[in-house]
Amino acid sequence: MSRHDIFYFAREGAFNMFNHGFMSFAAIGITVACLLIMGTFTLVAVNANAMLEDMEAQNQMLAFVDMEMSEEEARALEKDLLEVPNVSAVHFISNVEAAAAFRARYEDDELFQGLPDDNFPHRYAIDLKDIGYMRQTKEALEAVPGIGKGNVNAYEDEAAGFITIRNVAGIVCVVLIAVLFLVSVFIIANTIKLTTFDRRDEIAIMKMVGATNGFIRWPFVYEGFLLGLFSAVIGFFLQWGLYEAVARSVASNDTINLITVVPFAEMRPYVAAVFVLAGMFIGVGGSLSAIRKFLQV
Amino acid sequence: MIRLIDVVKEYPNGTHALNGLSLEIKDGEFVFMVGPSGSGKSTVIKILIGEIEPSEGRVMVNGFSLRNIREWQIPHLRRTIGIIFQDFRLIEHKSVYDNMVFAMRAVGSSPKEIKKRIPYCLELVGLGNKARRLPSELSGGEQQRVAIARALLNNPSTIIADEPTGNLDPARSLEIMSLLEQINALGTTVLVVTHEKDLVNRFDKRVVMLERGRVVGDGKGYYGRRPQ
Repeated sequence: MSRHDIFYFAREGAFNMFNHGFMSFAAIGITVACLLIMGTFTLVAVNANAMLEDMEAQNQMLAFVDMEMSEEEARALEKDLLEVPNVSAVHFISNVEAAAAFRARYEDDELFQGLPDDNFPHRYAIDLKDIGYMRQTKEALEAVPGIGKGNVNAYEDEAAGFITIRNVAGIVCVVLIAVLFLVSVFIIANTIKLTTFDRRDEIAIMKMVGATNGFIRWPFVYEGFLLGLFSAVIGFFLQWGLYEAVARSVASNDTINLITVVPFAEMRPYVAAVFVLAGMFIGVGGSLSAIRKFLQV
Repeated sequence: MIRLIDVVKEYPNGTHALNGLSLEIKDGEFVFMVGPSGSGKSTVIKILIGEIEPSEGRVMVNGFSLRNIREWQIPHLRRTIGIIFQDFRLIEHKSVYDNMVFAMRAVGSSPKEIKKRIPYCLELVGLGNKARRLPSELSGGEQQRVAIARALLNNPSTIIADEPTGNLDPARSLEIMSLLEQINALGTTVLVVTHEKDLVNRFDKRVVMLERGRVVGDGKGYYGRRPQ
């Protein structure tokens, strides 16, 4: 492909896009709408995942130390516990701290206020790397001398619940994004097919004088590329504005301000890259799919 | 050179368009191909330009064997042929000059070649002063001249004209045919498909007559049946 050809393709692509203004406007509008729907759903999924990760992090296990052990002996177990696979952090809680926390929780109940500290064992709050391996980790912790079988509290049902939610959300997210993506390519392909249909005579003339399929295809590829790029840029800024508006609304609403929204600034480069790539892929893919039929002359 | 040997074409719907047609057109010849509707004229043209493949037989056009031609070779075959249609096939929103640029660009010509070749071809068909006009601003005869100029742009060795005068009055038809005769005099092979008996009979050229997918007449000078 010569330099003249590259300039020619780019000029023809841009000219065609502006020359078929209404169709281009429709194609950009549809692509922006699809990108926004996909983007919004993905960002909701990202936020849901971040919240789930927070909740998972709060889902600690408690390992109770043998009542016979002194505080010093109990503290010495920390090293052994950290060596257990899948344990990310351990936090020692003495029997005094545990008793104080218990009394505080039941401060209205006089019966519990007189319980001596010795009734409470020393314990460790244990954070896991992956709550999917909670049962195996629990068994490994119970095998540590000084802990013993039955002395580890693990909220396996809750963990299983989180895992199910994350897996289902992940699958739903991937399926919906894939479906929306295919729908976008299909719509763009049909929109560009209309503009291509407008120009079927031009394509037939090009074929007649001996143009190769590649030569005929390139201006359409450039056009699709430009349509996708324009759509991506417009879609990105609309997504940014929409996200910030929703984030402000969540932050200012007392009933839902418990939800932590991931700041857009953290995701901006990724969102921009995904929008540009998706926009160009949709545009170019749609163009190629649209032109295929008209090359059979 | 164009050579068809025992060519059979059967369409998927079972229609036999060509039934063992054989024909040879030497370089530099001027040939009229005539025949009634359904005689196979259009099928011959489609085969010659690589639009369809023959079902049986051999076809050679300007050094290309079309029996098993690869898809990527077809554009190269078409660059050796200038094709002219009854309906001109000009792009309405482009000027005469831009129509020509479009055709040259499509085969990857450089801007330098384009600037040199287009004025020459337009002068050849007598439209040097109408380069900036839109096709709609030209008469039918002038539009067909533009189509002829476009067919000549890539310096083809063969011109195939499919009913080139079908949309023109007798005077304009004669002009177009004379123009094709001049082009032939410069060394280009010309094959004109037509059904205009009077027009054919005004030129002392070879006439090939088709009927039911076969050559039933091949001789010089008039539109009629003649033994091969």
